[in-house]
Amino acid sequence: MAAISREEVAHLARLARIEMTDAELDHLASEMDLILESVSRVQGVAGADIPPTSHAIAMQNVMRPDVVVPSLTPEEALSGAPAREEDRFKVPQILGEE
Amino acid sequence: MSEQIIHQTAAQMSADLASGSVTAVELANAHFDRIAAVDGDVHAFLHIDREGALAQASAVDASRKAGEKVHPLAGVPLALKDVLTQKGVPTTCGSKMLEGWRPPYDSTVVTNLKKAGVVILGKTNMDEFAMGSSTENSAYGPTHNPWDLSRIPGGSGGGSSAALAAFEAPLAIGTDTGGSIRQPAAVTGTVGVKPTYGAVSRYGLVAFSSSLDQAGPCARTVLDTAMLHEVIAGYDPKDSTSINAPVGKMVEAAKKLDIKGMKIGVVKELSGDGYQAGVLTRFNEALEALVAAGAEIVEVSTPSFEYALAAYYLIAPSETSSNLARFDSMRYGIRIGDDGSRSAEEVMNMTREVGFGKEVKRRIILGTYALSSGYYDAYYGSAQKVRTLIKRDYEAAFAKVDVLVSPTCPTTAFKIGEKSDDPLAMYLNDVATIPINLAGIGGMSLPCGLAPEDGLPVGFQIMSPALKDELMYQVGGTLEAALQSKWGKPLYASAPELAVK
Amino acid sequence: MALNYDQAIDLYEPTLGLEVHVELNTNSKMFCGCATEFGAEPNTQTCPVCLGLPGSLPVVNAKAIESSIRIGLALNCSITPFSRFARKNYFYPDMPKNFQTSQYDEPICVNGFLDVTIDTEEGPKVFRVEIERVHMEEDTGKSLHVGGATGRIHGAEHSLLDYNRAGIPLVEIVTRMIPGTEKYAPEVARAYVAELRDILRSLGVSDVKMEQGSLRCDANVSISPRGTGVLGTRSETKNVNSLRSVERAVRGEIIRQANRLQAGERIIQETRHFQEESGETRSGRSKEQAEDYRYFPEPDLLPIVADPVWVEELKAALPEKPSIRRKKLQEAWAVPDKEMASMVNAELLDTVEETVTLGAEPTKARSWWLGEISRLANEKAVAPTSLIQPSEVAEIIALIASGELTDKLARQVVEGVINGEGTPRDVIEKRGLKVVSDDSALMVAIEAAIAAQPETAERVRSGNVPAAGALIGAVMKATGGQADAAKVKDLLLKHLGQG
Repeated sequence: MAAISREEVAHLARLARIEMTDAELDHLASEMDLILESVSRVQGVAGADIPPTSHAIAMQNVMRPDVVVPSLTPEEALSGAPAREEDRFKVPQILGEE
Repeated sequence: MSEQIIHQTAAQMSADLASGSVTAVELANAHFDRIAAVDGDVHAFLHIDREGALAQASAVDASRKAGEKVHPLAGVPLALKDVLTQKGVPTTCGSKMLEGWRPPYDSTVVTNLKKAGVVILGKTNMDEFAMGSSTENSAYGPTHNPWDLSRIPGGSGGGSSAALAAFEAPLAIGTDTGGSIRQPAAVTGTVGVKPTYGAVSRYGLVAFSSSLDQAGPCARTVLDTAMLHEVIAGYDPKDSTSINAPVGKMVEAAKKLDIKGMKIGVVKELSGDGYQAGVLTRFNEALEALVAAGAEIVEVSTPSFEYALAAYYLIAPSETSSNLARFDSMRYGIRIGDDGSRSAEEVMNMTREVGFGKEVKRRIILGTYALSSGYYDAYYGSAQKVRTLIKRDYEAAFAKVDVLVSPTCPTTAFKIGEKSDDPLAMYLNDVATIPINLAGIGGMSLPCGLAPEDGLPVGFQIMSPALKDELMYQVGGTLEAALQSKWGKPLYASAPELAVK
Repeated sequence: MALNYDQAIDLYEPTLGLEVHVELNTNSKMFCGCATEFGAEPNTQTCPVCLGLPGSLPVVNAKAIESSIRIGLALNCSITPFSRFARKNYFYPDMPKNFQTSQYDEPICVNGFLDVTIDTEEGPKVFRVEIERVHMEEDTGKSLHVGGATGRIHGAEHSLLDYNRAGIPLVEIVTRMIPGTEKYAPEVARAYVAELRDILRSLGVSDVKMEQGSLRCDANVSISPRGTGVLGTRSETKNVNSLRSVERAVRGEIIRQANRLQAGERIIQETRHFQEESGETRSGRSKEQAEDYRYFPEPDLLPIVADPVWVEELKAALPEKPSIRRKKLQEAWAVPDKEMASMVNAELLDTVEETVTLGAEPTKARSWWLGEISRLANEKAVAPTSLIQPSEVAEIIALIASGELTDKLARQVVEGVINGEGTPRDVIEKRGLKVVSDDSALMVAIEAAIAAQPETAERVRSGNVPAAGALIGAVMKATGGQADAAKVKDLLLKHLGQG
């Protein structure tokens, strides 16, 4: 039984970089509860010996040779940019430092 | 002439083009006229590319005139789901986030269509970022089912299927992650195929759930769908998950009209409770038609299917929470709140709040939760294991039968607004289509009649083993012929006349 | 009273961990075919894939896989039979997809080691640094912060992004925590990075230029009060872009942490940035609440299953380990440890070797490169090898050996070559620097010197040989230093009846 609190949803919204209103958070928390209860059915169904499937059609070693191919022009690359300065993407001040 | 020609199949149009009785430009204009006449009510299209389409049509006409060899589908019009990139043409994915975005590159599907000379009329409406089963989640308003304009056309690819059912195009491209081609096909009385995962390149397909997404052909007949399948499928080195093998002979299979001796498995778990009575009636009639055509029906059990919906609604949101992270207003898309006083982080947060709709946000939060530290094993990890069980169930089933069948979805088209406030009820629409995506195998929906209680189309689903998509066309083509012969005409010919503006 | 380093070490035991990122020198990026040239105009080497445009998909660069495996093999790692890419999810404007395609629990190489030797009071000591993993990932774009006072991120008005660097292959090499380094922690850190750099260079997988960012080092440091056995909280120091900085950063962190603990404060788990000017570290982002990266297997990429036969072939073809090569050279040249170390530290070992290969005597090659040429290079603040070629140095040394040049004259030739006056022969020609060893020419000068200093000459005739020095000096002066001094002495003494 999964009970997800509003604080947890707020934390998730932060992780997902979505600024939600209080009303949205409340609404989502109750929806999450219902959905999680329903999807929790997957737990314990498959034993420890069952491997997970991340690729339905199994393949391996898919690679390409180390060859240069033409890039987009800066115009094309920047064509969707909400803001630009010459040939660079312009973004607002970044707070966190990596 | 206009009226008649738009009701033809793509195969018929192809023949007319080849014989010279119609030009590609005339054909395109006939469809543009139809769109102008009915799309105000249907709202299948988000963008019409008159200039691009007519340029392509002219080029095809010129090639034909010069005696050059052209592809059979050259000059035939097509509607493209707005989730595939087309260079220089608006691609919104049904979202406000990408309002006005014109990609600087073509998806491989579009490249293949252009190479064949297919005429792309425009981009069709869809649930936002392919998440939904009714096209009600589009940021640009819903599409209306041509069979009954107060009803949903299915989703996420409702626009493509509605365009077909409304005769706005003879061909369409959809994408299918949990049923988004097949369920709309079912509720609009058209044909839709989700090929084996990896058969059609995903390069340029805006990702919803990477391990499940697949683009596929849609049309009004099985043969048309097969022709389109052969154009868009094939190995693409730009997609690591692309299958490096020749495309099977779909058209040949569709024309075979012979299923004698084939073993057809009915999936026990995809029937019964929760399925509308009329849906089951028509489904069973279709089974009888298959038997009459010489096939053997076998009941098959796939016990893990009980958990398929739950697994899907963990895997898909998880992958999408990651796939949609790139929409942060820094490089493309809308940007909200950048007045010089805010940080990048704040602008990101505000943009994503405004740019994404409710369902998308719901799934992002769900996916973020399922992947988070401490919860991974219980949710995403467990779901991936269930996926293995489902794959194994299919393998065991296909050891006994050639193809599997089920109703495509539990009900006919419901009313717009009926389920939009109940996400769980909405998710149930996909219960029969989802297992196919989880296993990566092929799935087709074709019309098998109108439900007696409401006169709305019912879809019949055929599932083929991975890399054996031609089996769907073989069985589908045969069934379609048998049913049409019983009805005296194709199902789409029974669609109510739409009011023409 | 603030603790100094020695006091800090007395009280606390340091533990060290190092993460090194290597930018591979592949022609194209990790997941797309864009070029990887350094210094290109902004956003001229981008495509839908490395820009993370909607609908784009990655395809793995085969050469990057090969390089990663070779790196692992050179570090004595096992190559994992089944290796996978994973998504590391977090938001940052220089990361186009807002996730980094990296590796998580199935990295390409695991469980290796690298032995480093450092100088201690008790003589050379070998430390075995255990390598936990080697994995592949992709680099981010570059941001320019505009409007702030210092061009740094704080106080900037906006930032400008160039994604040319986004998607360039990176290999991350992570050590296990290194205990037992005691007071030598800074030296061990430096030696490890230096040795790693040499190995990477010998493999030819990267140009490993710390100043250019193709080799980046993060140092993790924690200290533990002696006798408690309780591991301390560690800090991660970034922005360490030279070998010397690695050493200083580790030293600085040990001192900082010790002083904090002494003052009763706790160590915060955080990222710190190394300040070149002060040698101290400054607080960056707090990692108290470690970001939840929500790793999951990358669905757009397939597993890498390295063929064991191919891996064996790569292993067999690995170049000689730099440490082995150094040992061989040291034995061949009979060079003492300290001199060997000074060559290595000055990064002139390859250059000296090249000069020796061209015929120069090892001691001479070394003394020219580390002596006169390095002195001139330091004055101009450039690398010695940018001033003059090994071939030219070898030629000059050969001319000294054959007697055509003296050491003094040779210095002038070196100066001339550096000034761009041409080859050594050109300089000798133009400046007329040849040694005068022609007997008759020398005799002229000798007789002139004798004539000018008759009393000195008389003293030599009567047996005072050392007095000849003044006469020899006069001859040298008269010939502008070009006389063969030994020959002058010889002729002079003979002439004065003392030879």
